[in-house]
Amino acid sequence: MRAKTLIVIAFPIIISLTGLKTINDMKPGELPLNDTTKWPATFGFGRVPTQAEISAWDIAVRPDGKGLPPGQGDAKLGKALYTSKCAVCHGVDGRETTGVKLLGTPLVSDTLASSRPKTVGNYWPYATTLYDYIRRAMPYNQPGTLTNDEVYSLTAYILAANKILKEATVLNSKSLPRVVMPAKKLFIMDDRKGGPEIK
Amino acid sequence: MEREEESQRKPTPAKMSRRALLGSVVAAAVLPVNKVRAKDNARPSSIQNSVDDPTKTPGPGPSPVGKRSGFEQPMRKPSDISSRTPLQDMYGTITPSDLHYERHHAGVPVIDPTKHELLIHGLVKKPMKFTVDELKRFPAVSRICFIECAGNFRGGREDLTPQDVLGLTSQSEWTGVLLSTILREVDVDPRAKWFLAEGSDAAVMTRTIPIAKAWDDAIIAYAQNGEAIRPEQGYPVRLLLPGFEGNMNIKWLRRIEFSEEPYMTREETSKYTYPVKDKIRMFSFEMDARSIITYPSYPQKVNKGWIEIRGIAWSGRGKVDKVEVSTDGGKSWEPANLQEPVLSKAHIYFRYLWNWDGIPTEILSRVTDETGYIQPTLAQLIEARGTNIGGYHMNPITAWKIKSDGSVFFKPE
Repeated sequence: MRAKTLIVIAFPIIISLTGLKTINDMKPGELPLNDTTKWPATFGFGRVPTQAEISAWDIAVRPDGKGLPPGQGDAKLGKALYTSKCAVCHGVDGRETTGVKLLGTPLVSDTLASSRPKTVGNYWPYATTLYDYIRRAMPYNQPGTLTNDEVYSLTAYILAANKILKEATVLNSKSLPRVVMPAKKLFIMDDRKGGPEIK
Repeated sequence: MEREEESQRKPTPAKMSRRALLGSVVAAAVLPVNKVRAKDNARPSSIQNSVDDPTKTPGPGPSPVGKRSGFEQPMRKPSDISSRTPLQDMYGTITPSDLHYERHHAGVPVIDPTKHELLIHGLVKKPMKFTVDELKRFPAVSRICFIECAGNFRGGREDLTPQDVLGLTSQSEWTGVLLSTILREVDVDPRAKWFLAEGSDAAVMTRTIPIAKAWDDAIIAYAQNGEAIRPEQGYPVRLLLPGFEGNMNIKWLRRIEFSEEPYMTREETSKYTYPVKDKIRMFSFEMDARSIITYPSYPQKVNKGWIEIRGIAWSGRGKVDKVEVSTDGGKSWEPANLQEPVLSKAHIYFRYLWNWDGIPTEILSRVTDETGYIQPTLAQLIEARGTNIGGYHMNPITAWKIKSDGSVFFKPE
């Protein structure tokens, strides 16, 4: 009995020693960091998340509307929310007053031509970004506290204040991706490539 | 009596008996420190403790955590939203972790590593969640590289140090698991062309990154210079994208989502974009080559005679090919010595020996990287992008003016 137990214990030790020997036999540099030939198909670490876990964090909104939640809002409701939750940092009407520095960024401008300061009206290429950003990061001291409807309303108010959206328009997951931002046509993808040309 | 007076006047235990000495070592070491604290660190403790002749007094014993000599006090320079590395105080290319620059958008979160998880989902066949301990079990890699904020440019005044001009760049040895290793676990859908990375800070910061970077050299890092990443740098895990603008290296990483197209997040549309003539350039990932002389620089003073000019150079596109130094205001250029090893997408240290004749002049450095890109002048950048140039991806040649009395000043352009 005793001998059998010993064999059972000794067997895995021999295997693991053999494994070590193979790696030790290799010279330095023989096994580059990206050589995955000895790797298993999967290491088996980690776990499959539940759908509820994914949904709780899956808050990103894409320009095509992917990620926008159900719900709706409009500029009138948004103005009241803006006044109570946003104006303290972004100004009473979202504008910079001469000589007064806002705690946050100005959000409203009249035309694309008046290029400074950069605002939602003259610089933001996608309206969906507004929804995504307000929902994840605003208000600065209470991020993540707004309801989905409140975020639709605030988005509608800021777009209306920039004369991009009519006051009465109801924003929802269908209408928001259809809003075309004035600055979109200005944006180009990076065209630098290295090499001698300065771009 | 006389001995007592002596020891009160000066904490010099050399004149005490051995037993008295052993008993008073702790008090001698602690009391002056308290005194210093009370005086708002007016003088560093080790100076308070110093004796006229260090060979005549045994020093304090071993300690659990080391600290800098009290004679050395390199400091970051914080503003409301960032803090800058004191590049003029560095002698090499690794930034001490507590001096690595900071930039965050809603403060530094406190994250319990035992509760932190990384979710990978979207266009993958097998969504997965990993704890920090699980990430550490994967085959690991270490890499030395810089991280530079894309908005790392200041000028306009003479009294600027290298820290003021471009202190939003730092370098560490980062350790973690290659993102490509993790991708094998989740089986990425071939339709995925981008991935969103999201932080666990109060800004829940997001950027979208081309999938090619995930297969290339992106790392999910959990260590910095041999120990756990500092909170300001993304504890417990951050994304590391060697050579890409700092903002994309999402700290406090909690989520990666694969997608057919970019998300156009706030940080990649309304920020980190810049006017180029009548257009706005977006998705500028690579940090172009740059260099700066860190010695001599403002507010240092030099003497006529031999001066070793020193500085750092780097490129987000690969290796530094050469660094040239001019000591005549840019009329002529000479190659500097590059400290080996010259690593890809990393700060490298350069040196150039110069015999200053005492006549006022300007000294400059310019780097060429392995793609053949030569660090431009500010005038060249303005010519290429227009006058409404903004502050992102600015990497102009930096000049220092040396005046006849040896004082050094930044040259504003």
